[in-house]
Amino acid sequence: MKLEKIIQGKAYVLGDNIDTDQIIPAEYLTLNPAIPEEYRQFGRHALAGVPAAQGGLPKGHVPFHKGPTDLVSDFQIIVAGRNFGCGSSREHAPIALDAAGIKAVVAEFYARIFYRNSVNGGYIVPAETAERLCEKVCTGDELRLNLDACTMENLTTGEKYSLRPLGEVVPILEAGGVFPYARSKGMLPA
Amino acid sequence: MAAQTLTEKILARHAGKSSVEPGENIWVDVDILMTHDVCGPGTIGVFHQNFGRDAKVWAKDKVVIIPDHYIFTADKMANRNVDVLRTFVKEQGLPHFYDVGSERYKGVCHIALPEEGHTRPGEILLGTDSHTCTAGAFGEFATGIGNTDAGFVMGTGKTWLKVPPTLRFVFNGDLPPYLMAKDLILAVIGDIGCDGATYQAMEFDGDGVYALNIEERMTLCNMAIEAGGKNGIIAADQKTIDFVKSRDKAGKPFVVEKSDAGARFAREFVYDVKTLRPVVAKPHSPDNRAYVDECKGTKLDRAYIGSCTGGKMTDFRAAAKILAGKEVKIDTFVVPATTEVARNLKTEKLGGKTLEEIFLNAGAKIGEASCAACLGGPSDTFGRLNQAIRCISTTNRNFPGRMGHKQAEVFLASPLTVAASALTGQITDPREYVS
Repeated sequence: MKLEKIIQGKAYVLGDNIDTDQIIPAEYLTLNPAIPEEYRQFGRHALAGVPAAQGGLPKGHVPFHKGPTDLVSDFQIIVAGRNFGCGSSREHAPIALDAAGIKAVVAEFYARIFYRNSVNGGYIVPAETAERLCEKVCTGDELRLNLDACTMENLTTGEKYSLRPLGEVVPILEAGGVFPYARSKGMLPA
Repeated sequence: MAAQTLTEKILARHAGKSSVEPGENIWVDVDILMTHDVCGPGTIGVFHQNFGRDAKVWAKDKVVIIPDHYIFTADKMANRNVDVLRTFVKEQGLPHFYDVGSERYKGVCHIALPEEGHTRPGEILLGTDSHTCTAGAFGEFATGIGNTDAGFVMGTGKTWLKVPPTLRFVFNGDLPPYLMAKDLILAVIGDIGCDGATYQAMEFDGDGVYALNIEERMTLCNMAIEAGGKNGIIAADQKTIDFVKSRDKAGKPFVVEKSDAGARFAREFVYDVKTLRPVVAKPHSPDNRAYVDECKGTKLDRAYIGSCTGGKMTDFRAAAKILAGKEVKIDTFVVPATTEVARNLKTEKLGGKTLEEIFLNAGAKIGEASCAACLGGPSDTFGRLNQAIRCISTTNRNFPGRMGHKQAEVFLASPLTVAASALTGQITDPREYVS
């Protein structure tokens, strides 16, 4: 995925410490993301481990997918609290979100390996905000992120928030991941 | 030159620099890359896609492949993934492959690595598993990475890393007999939170740490990731050197270092070990700390003793001490981390009985060496929580659904506490059995 600077879509709101077992439960890790059809299947299981009451805040009990066999979700942006993606190193976590049609996550901060996997694989934009947006945004709100201006607008409520600059990972996201980035820098043969 | 921490020294040397600063991005040479059956197929895919179908790994003897996650299952996809590893190993001619069904099969990668001589002080070990930080117990920099990073390392032997600031945890005094390394690290995680060390190195130091055996040091470092740590590390001492030399048949030279006097630590935490009490992490987070004496009596359905952090000989010796001659009240699952541990359970004795006999006589079930139910896995996985039951476990993570069912409740505790609780069917203070 090449970096889109404007990302617009519906929000799915989660809380703190959404770990990789909630993002993609271990029972689905038998799928091999290197096989395109299996990569797509990860979309269906994205967020399958989130307990129902904690999925789609503030009310909860909002399914991430319309139907149980849908590969892609109606939501494009996840808004979460602290320490998103903690737990295992499984790259299947950002892959599952990408396969489900998620373009960006907006969280207070990320667990290190999840952040690195998101950027190096070029799957999703891991945006950060100083504000606790998971208590301000409602699931279903229409959001627009502007990654150049570092802003997030809630089109449903009219509220505007600032995002932390993505900083040194921008060139990697712009290239589409660490491999295209390394090639563009001459670190790997083109 | 500014004083450096142990982590900074190792990273600087591997970047060809005399020193590094926290926050600096550097390219380092990797000594060992480990992958397993869950992340290996994806890593191999990334490698082929980017370096070509006929590309060769950067160094055959530096790639270690240890299937361990989904081994004893009828799941076809899981078995297919081990086949992907087999094909790759054959094509590449890799010497360090511990195949399922062969005499070389080991079990959990983080314990297999040191047993087979792949951990050495001063090195950089990367693995496609978050608990790769376990190997920091050998005085090396070890951390978990994803498939893309691992594919990159496979082709180039290099990766970029941001130098982490170091948090220092000093343990003073000898561990009382009712406490284990698991209590120490659960206390630390309870204090700093499961994001308390995010992006940071966790260095463990103090006479209380050096009094621990190698396996207990591995338990400490194993759970650095549960505080968000990039790596856990303990400077090598004579115990480390003796262990590593006894295991590395090739006798590869290594560098023993420690943090300089005056090295910059982002924060320092000091614990008097004698004042600590047995700890559990309540559902559903490893930082949801409670003291055993505060939650004793909590009814349980199952006890589980196993995994990289809780399935080593030290863990089973501790559990056997409590279970010997007694009977468990709830389903109790014992899973040795590796085949070597499994063999030792059959030979090592306590009071005239082997540890295996002690567990079986107590009514526990013993599974085959692997990750098993620590991370749930396919539904036929040994010990998996297929229902919304309550389990006390020596494993390292208890977020919702970790051991299977989303509504299952997992309490993390030391092998002593888990064994004591297995006898009563409720959370039980090991001090009732161990003075």
